[in-house]
Amino acid sequence: MPETEEFWELRLYVAGKTAKSVAALTNLKRYCEEHLPNQYKIEVIDLLVQPQLAEGDQIFAIPTLVKKVPEPIRKIIGDLSDEEKVLVGLNIRPATR
Amino acid sequence: MAFEEKSDELATNVTSLGFDLADLQARKLLKIDHVHIDRSEIEETGEYDLEGLFIRLGYAIDSIGARRVVLDTIENLFSGLTNQAVLRAELRRLFNWLKEKGVTTIITGEKGDGSLTRQGLEEYVSDCVILLDHRVANQISTRLLRIVKYRGSTHGTNEYPFLIDEEGISVMPVTSLTLDHAVSSERLTSGIAALDKMLDGKGFFRGSSVLVSGTAGIGKSSMASTFAYATCLHNERCLYFAFEESPQQIVRNMRSIGLDLQQFVDSGLLQFHAARPTLNGLEMHLVAIYKLVKKTKPAMVILDPITSLITVGTVSEVKSMLIRLIDFLQSQQVTVMFTALTLNTIVNEQTDEGVSSLVDAWLLVRDIENNGERNRGLYVMKSRGMKHSNQVREFVITDEGLDLIDVYLGSEGVLTGSARVAQQLQEVTGEAIRDHAVSRKDREIERKRTVLESKITSLKEEFESVQEELNKGYIEDGLRREMLEKNREQMTRTRHNE
Repeated sequence: MPETEEFWELRLYVAGKTAKSVAALTNLKRYCEEHLPNQYKIEVIDLLVQPQLAEGDQIFAIPTLVKKVPEPIRKIIGDLSDEEKVLVGLNIRPATR
Repeated sequence: MAFEEKSDELATNVTSLGFDLADLQARKLLKIDHVHIDRSEIEETGEYDLEGLFIRLGYAIDSIGARRVVLDTIENLFSGLTNQAVLRAELRRLFNWLKEKGVTTIITGEKGDGSLTRQGLEEYVSDCVILLDHRVANQISTRLLRIVKYRGSTHGTNEYPFLIDEEGISVMPVTSLTLDHAVSSERLTSGIAALDKMLDGKGFFRGSSVLVSGTAGIGKSSMASTFAYATCLHNERCLYFAFEESPQQIVRNMRSIGLDLQQFVDSGLLQFHAARPTLNGLEMHLVAIYKLVKKTKPAMVILDPITSLITVGTVSEVKSMLIRLIDFLQSQQVTVMFTALTLNTIVNEQTDEGVSSLVDAWLLVRDIENNGERNRGLYVMKSRGMKHSNQVREFVITDEGLDLIDVYLGSEGVLTGSARVAQQLQEVTGEAIRDHAVSRKDREIERKRTVLESKITSLKEEFESVQEELNKGYIEDGLRREMLEKNREQMTRTRHNE
């Protein structure tokens, strides 16, 4: 389990309410509640509304989850259906491989 | 949209081509979006699409009202992401989307094995595919460009060399596809009166191409310089491309045959452009010539010699370059003179970079070796559109310039140089001796005639005396017969009278 003082700042980039976006958000919320209770913040950015933000985080795929804190910055693209990969990517669980 | 270079890197790199990206960006004419894909930062989980890229692109296009989009190099997506099926589908969707937006898109891609791009995708969705290639021959590289396809157009299918220099990119079409440039029937003097006489009495046509070929030291450059001199004398500009000598050398050397080129260099009528052929590839030379011709608008261009260009290209490349050059110069009504070195004394009329079929006039200067000296024989091999002389002339280089002398055609064949002079002297001697002989014979005849005449006189006199003698006898006979007749009559009468 991660250290208690760590805090996860997550940004989820979506484009409208597509099936993939909705699935990604649902999955993300589930993992966070399960593994990081009260240690996370999710910011959902809809690029259809704020297209100028895409360049800053180097977004090209949708949906993309960006972990700004803790370092290192990681990007996870896709609907986050593979729990194992998401947890490794977010440094919640060390890679088993 | 740059997938490889950051926008500031890109700006720095293209400054050398004369593009000021910072200024264009400030004037909202250009927007650069660098898409950074780092494999190590990215994890793929489940379904996704490239809507993010679409939104970024759409936003960038709308922010400056772009008409053209460059995607450089989109295949980088493939190295950053693993789901090829999604990428391919999404790129196809991207190209269609761009087309619907009404923007012209340029997509760059690296050449793959056996296909035009690594993914084999871009060339199918594109309307136009331009293939760039780079070839190194004899340590000199040439960039080549070929239009592989262009939907809805009749495009040139050949490979065209292209150049990147401080003024951007320039492409030279290999040939103008049609041969329909305007022609002039104005004549230009060659600077050698006797040569003009061989060329129908008037010299070359303006805008024609002239080849002077010959072995080493035969006076090709001298002839080219004479032509240049004549052009400048008519107050017309001349560009001299020297590949073997420096301008100073040429000016000095030509002074020895009485040509003061320096005055025209000073007045700007004559411009030298000297460079070793190996300095550039052929294309660079061609572009240098194009640019200078465009800038100075000369009446006359000299390339001395074209054979040294062989060191930087193959014969066929040189030929292709010269075709383009001749086409270009003819379209500009510029007369051009090439000099070419023939390496052997046996004149191969097929060589000279195969350029002889391209040029309008071909002068061949040839060594005539005889009696331990070499003399120069000049032939006009061809000269289109005029009655040119078919005779060989002796080409002499004097302190006062170049001249042509009729070769001596004697019983011993064509004679040149001192053999010609010797033969002429011999003729004069022979004539004197013959004259002498004739006068002696005349006197002999005179004497004979006198003898004959005196003989005739004596014979005549002899004849007259014989004739007189004979006449005398004849008259006496007549008289005697007359007397006898008289006597008989007398006797008859006497008898009758009795």
